[in-house]
Amino acid sequence: MQYGRFVGNALRGDLGTSYFFKEPALDVILEKLPATIELVLCASVLILGISVPCGMFAAVRPRHWLSRSAMGLSILGISVPVFLTGILLIYLFSVELNWLPSYGRGLTRPLLLGWETGLLTADGWLHLLLPSVTLASIMVPLFIRLIRAEMLEVLDTDFVRFAWAKGLRPGRIWWVHAFRNTLLPVITVGGVQLGTMVAYTILTETVFQWPGVGLLFLEAVTRADTPLITAYLLVVGVVFVVTNAAVDLLYGLVNPQVKLAQVGAA
Amino acid sequence: MKAASSLSGAASALAQDKVALVSLAILLTLIAMALLAPWIAPQNPYDPAAIDVLDAELPPAWVAGSDMRFLLGTDTQGRDLLSTILYGLRASLTIGLGAVALQAMLGVLIGTFAGYFGGRLDAALMRLADVQLSFSTLMVAIVLLALLQGLFSTEWYHRYALVSLILVIGVAEWPQYARTVRASALAERKKEYIEAARVLGFGPLRIMFRHLLPNCLSPILVISTLQVANAIIAEAALSFLGLGMPITKPSLGALISSGFETLFSGAWWISALPGLALVLLILAVNLLGDWLRDTLNPRHYRG
Repeated sequence: MQYGRFVGNALRGDLGTSYFFKEPALDVILEKLPATIELVLCASVLILGISVPCGMFAAVRPRHWLSRSAMGLSILGISVPVFLTGILLIYLFSVELNWLPSYGRGLTRPLLLGWETGLLTADGWLHLLLPSVTLASIMVPLFIRLIRAEMLEVLDTDFVRFAWAKGLRPGRIWWVHAFRNTLLPVITVGGVQLGTMVAYTILTETVFQWPGVGLLFLEAVTRADTPLITAYLLVVGVVFVVTNAAVDLLYGLVNPQVKLAQVGAA
Repeated sequence: MKAASSLSGAASALAQDKVALVSLAILLTLIAMALLAPWIAPQNPYDPAAIDVLDAELPPAWVAGSDMRFLLGTDTQGRDLLSTILYGLRASLTIGLGAVALQAMLGVLIGTFAGYFGGRLDAALMRLADVQLSFSTLMVAIVLLALLQGLFSTEWYHRYALVSLILVIGVAEWPQYARTVRASALAERKKEYIEAARVLGFGPLRIMFRHLLPNCLSPILVISTLQVANAIIAEAALSFLGLGMPITKPSLGALISSGFETLFSGAWWISALPGLALVLLILAVNLLGDWLRDTLNPRHYRG
């Protein structure tokens, strides 16, 4: 009965009122969401920008010293918990060198519909740097290893050998033939890792006091602010569903034969 | 390098791989230190009588202003940091190993049943595993522990923090084992020795656990190392968020968290030294796991 009322209200966009903020829980979360989205977006750009070239290089030239050191560093990267990376960066760049700020978002400007962005001010970028590097640091090694392993497997297949035999340029073989086929499993894992990424935003935002939804959630937990906790979990659930749908659509874009490919892989 | 096919082959291959050998040595040393903590630690950090708050935040012995009684300095509450790290290592390892033991028990049991019987049981169990896998472990753990903390008194929570951490991390990750065991079991059950055991009239339970399971051991071993590393990281993260071990009985994560507050006043060692111990522990486990996977996996990547 109570649950029925909750679902009914939720469908109308009413997730209850936060005990602490005395405001509708959904409004509180939507207000903090831009900060988290900007952080995740910036981290994702870093993750893709670093792991794709590194992973491909490590697969194409497995015995090169750069590949070996990248693989060595990646196992170190996996072994350092994300909050420890954050603490280390804060100590180095904020406490010792005093170059970068260690908490908050800095100056923000209104963008659209109440979206306060830190991406328009230099101060905002300075504040964004350490948290996004921290958030990226845990995913980059994972993706380097994944891309390398998948790429090695693809490079060993008959159609890549055939492409070599046709005398195609190496760049074309690596990027068009091999990389496209590496992408499918990488996208799958990326979708799965999103859940972990949400948990890591909570950790990163806590370390850097980044005023996003992760920090908000943890504060709600310590304040036992039940409506806010429920609203957060619901919003995270919606984000999950939307991204997983997007991942499925991406499949089709990357590989038009997606159904055949899935049967072949099983 | 040719992949060793059996565990005995792995033992002799270990002697040839320096990285794996060093990681094993580090891991064994850390485990020994954790086990012997009550005897080798200079101070009992759980005993309030042995602690003097006036000793708080003393730096390690090689930094000016230190006290020779405390080799690695003291934490925010005046506890000897070396002793606290030793006891913290104990807590982290207990939770990591305990959680993985629970995961393995649940996962192996479910995986063997699913793989051996197949059919509808298999389909149902594997859908259940998919559901569990779609929740991120850390996320589930954060929510569950937050609920526990909200439902029960702080005192109760502090007393049972260790057990609840093991339960939460243990239950959330069973599909990893179930899927691995099921995959091997599916391949093994079609082989002749299973057929032979069936012809001899052995019951399904005996075949599953005496014949099938021993032949699925090597993948279990490989994921176990990675799972231990993940469980230790998860515990540290939860304790850092204040949802894990209480500061009166700190694990390495809780110690790092308590040191984070004093980082800005210059007391770096309270976070850094337990952090170093934690990274060393996880790195050793990960390196061993990597080596184990390369050695036991027939689909070995040369590289």
